Amino acid sequence: MAYINVPDGVPGIRSLVMFRPETGKPLYELAQVLLRGPSPLSPADRELIAAYVSHRNECVFCRNSHAAAARCLYGDGKGIVDELLKDSDPGRLSEKMQALLRLAGKVQRGGNQVTPDDITAAHAAGATDVDIHDTVLIAAAFSMFNRYVDGLASYTPANESEYDEMGRRMSQNGYVLPSRPTHSTNQ
Amino acid sequence: MPHILVDLSLPGIRSLMAFRPETAQPMCDLAEALLRDTEGLSPVERELIGTYVSYLNDCFYCHHSHAAVAACYLDGNTAIPDAVRKDFSRADISDKLKALLQIAAKVQQGGKAVRPEDIENARRHEATDREIHDTVLIAAAFCMFNRYVDGLATVAPTDMSSYPVRAKQVAEQGYGSHIYSSRQPIATT
Repeated sequence: MAYINVPDGVPGIRSLVMFRPETGKPLYELAQVLLRGPSPLSPADRELIAAYVSHRNECVFCRNSHAAAARCLYGDGKGIVDELLKDSDPGRLSEKMQALLRLAGKVQRGGNQVTPDDITAAHAAGATDVDIHDTVLIAAAFSMFNRYVDGLASYTPANESEYDEMGRRMSQNGYVLPSRPTHSTNQ
Repeated sequence: MPHILVDLSLPGIRSLMAFRPETAQPMCDLAEALLRDTEGLSPVERELIGTYVSYLNDCFYCHHSHAAVAACYLDGNTAIPDAVRKDFSRADISDKLKALLQIAAKVQQGGKAVRPEDIENARRHEATDREIHDTVLIAAAFCMFNRYVDGLATVAPTDMSSYPVRAKQVAEQGYGSHIYSSRQPIATT
């Protein structure tokens, strides 16, 4: 049970933004521009960073849903998602993505954990300033989304297949603010 | 030195927003909706929650910037923001806000650190669902802003007289794109 009176049976952040659409709108706009807008990083790579940070924050809803979105977006290359999240093996990822994931892991612990060496390593692996900016902001934003979702104890589906459906929707439609379900009037 | 090439005349998050206006817009809109709303929590209370979480995250720029905005709403009284970050249990604020700051501190540690007892305690002090929601989201949002600002090593001005003038700009005009696109206000002494 969520800590506040959100619509029943609606999972994760969707239930919270239905409760408070005034803040939900910029939150969904941020997710859309950050994960789908123009960037040198592909949407698949950005979803992987989001899933990785959520995994480290132990936010099951965000980890599973963004991992599912990343699998859809990687298509035939989807194996790297579980290699990273389940086997902690980033070996098949590019050196640039490995350096960016290390950077995201530092941001997850705290902004002051990032050292000039982390940035030098990312630049040496071919990351641009925009790659670095977007990685840091994705990691920071998921440090927010994860806390929002778990801090209000929103509903986390236990059934893995529900996330496959969410991942498909997220990969096809992006982030569109959901509207509150209309209830029937019978009591 | 910031980790990426940003305009060095802009402090903190302002330099990052100017670097990437595409992501700046929803962040400004979020700050405006979350920190300037007057239903339930007042703008001062919202800024105090932001100040406290930024202090716990050791983010010098955000912590001092939002303490200055709170002080600006309080007609220059810096005693309350100072007391909140030192020991909020002894600050001259309502018991309800103390219960909400306790929730904010849990959120700063991690979402799962918030326990049903924390929520029950806030309800005993008459916090509404909306106030609990806004507290959790303000605390979570500052866990983003703080990481963004420090993770890219932005410039935090050491001239403390610069904070109240930027705070006055925010208190009067809100969190619009003007904070990074217009000339920065400077202290007149």
